[in-house]
Amino acid sequence: MPKITYIEASGKEHVIDAPNGQTVMEAAVKHAVPGIDADCGGACACATCHVYVDPEWLAKTGDASSMEQSMLDFANDVEDNSRLSCQIKVSEALDGLVVRLPKSQH
Amino acid sequence: MSTGEIKRVIIIGAGQAGGETAQRLRQAGFDGDITLIGEEPAPPYQRPPLSKAYLKGEYEMDRLLLRPASVYAEENITLLTSLRAVWIDRANKKVRVEGGRELPYDVLVLATGARPRKLPLVGADLDGVHLFRTAADADALRPRMVSGAKLVVIGAGYIGLEAAAVARQLGLDVTVIETAVRPLARVTSPEVAGFFLDEHTRQGVRFVLGGQPALIKGRERVTGVALADGTEVAADIVVAGIGITPEITLAQQCGLTIENGITTDRQCRTSDPAIYAIGDCAARPIVHFEDRLARLESVHNAMEGAKIVAATITGGKPHAEEAPWFWSDQYDLKLQIAGLFQGYDHIVLRGVMADRAFAAFYYKGSKLIAVDAVNRPAEYLGAKMLIQTGRTIAPADLADESRTMKELVAAAR
Repeated sequence: MPKITYIEASGKEHVIDAPNGQTVMEAAVKHAVPGIDADCGGACACATCHVYVDPEWLAKTGDASSMEQSMLDFANDVEDNSRLSCQIKVSEALDGLVVRLPKSQH
Repeated sequence: MSTGEIKRVIIIGAGQAGGETAQRLRQAGFDGDITLIGEEPAPPYQRPPLSKAYLKGEYEMDRLLLRPASVYAEENITLLTSLRAVWIDRANKKVRVEGGRELPYDVLVLATGARPRKLPLVGADLDGVHLFRTAADADALRPRMVSGAKLVVIGAGYIGLEAAAVARQLGLDVTVIETAVRPLARVTSPEVAGFFLDEHTRQGVRFVLGGQPALIKGRERVTGVALADGTEVAADIVVAGIGITPEITLAQQCGLTIENGITTDRQCRTSDPAIYAIGDCAARPIVHFEDRLARLESVHNAMEGAKIVAATITGGKPHAEEAPWFWSDQYDLKLQIAGLFQGYDHIVLRGVMADRAFAAFYYKGSKLIAVDAVNRPAEYLGAKMLIQTGRTIAPADLADESRTMKELVAAAR
């Protein structure tokens, strides 16, 4: 199972085994990683699963869809490497992925 | 109230509101006993996908769970599933469960949810007639959703239309019967309802609007729905989506104040200060809508209740409420709703419906009160932010598509 590292704004790290086919958001929420709220459960309806993808992984996680990009425009502290983690699907290619969490989702 | 005085929290109802409350109490540092009692066999799970991805077979149950079943033990949350609470003794602060066991509480949270309304018709108990609320309901329906089967949906609300959309995508023959003259009558404007009616019609759904179901026909299994005008629609499956009734039996029994759901204050506290009520069963004052008492049936409301109660019980920073939000997925359309549209006096469209990407903004006087956004997430999030902060956009500005929603929100007053 691919391993994903989530780094809280405080610097605390969580290394999670994420099942293929699920999303980077789901793996975090199921392990209660603080800092990813994902209120809507992955329906791309709430923009509370914002993460920063470690720059060296950006090519593998791909680009945000236009819907995702529109949602991100209204998130706090958005950077070039911002993504909604409910829109990144876990695969073997993402084994080792590192994402950082913003200070707040709201 | 400090955490020190509260040692035992019982939560009745292990849906999204109840499950989140348990989780958030622990996250907020509450270290007393938490007992979560649910009638269903599964740990807390998300209901919205039941009428969408789960019904379609794209999701399995483990993906619906809010947290893996093992998390409850790890966090020292006593999760009692397949168990019904039957009595609340407010004087002695005890809950009695089926089998007679009595559990003491310092604080009780009612997250009892709602029950789907049954069709008040002869034949409503026939095999093949389905209600839609729980994973068990969806599991019963799923194997029957096969290509070519004739599905009749009674009730053109969001649940009914979502089920119709999934059914068409799976190749079923679908008829929707609605007593009102338009779909979504309770939840959106005639304009947006008209868009969804056209979309479903284009996708091959037949509508009987203003239709009065009189009888469900069949011997053991359903064969059709007879209407009051004498016509009949053949059916292999009937799905009733005619609304839900708040589950308030326990609250009534113990004498809490009830008015369209269990009445609470802004902190979700009922007429008994030791008892909170949240989620579908409760009505609370909505801060962004002049404290209008509203019983909202939504994920947002379930989460909001959990956040408010966890903050109140632990004496933490009060939760900053969001504007109400909702969503519905039908075909490739994502409908995102912010605010409460009831009482609007005019509607302004941004974008055109024919593009299948537009947003309907609802105004009461000069005040923006709600948005229905179809495949327009920026309009949804922008409007939600404005409603939360009490700001508004002039209708004329919305029509100017050369300015992005972000620009309009930044300029809003």
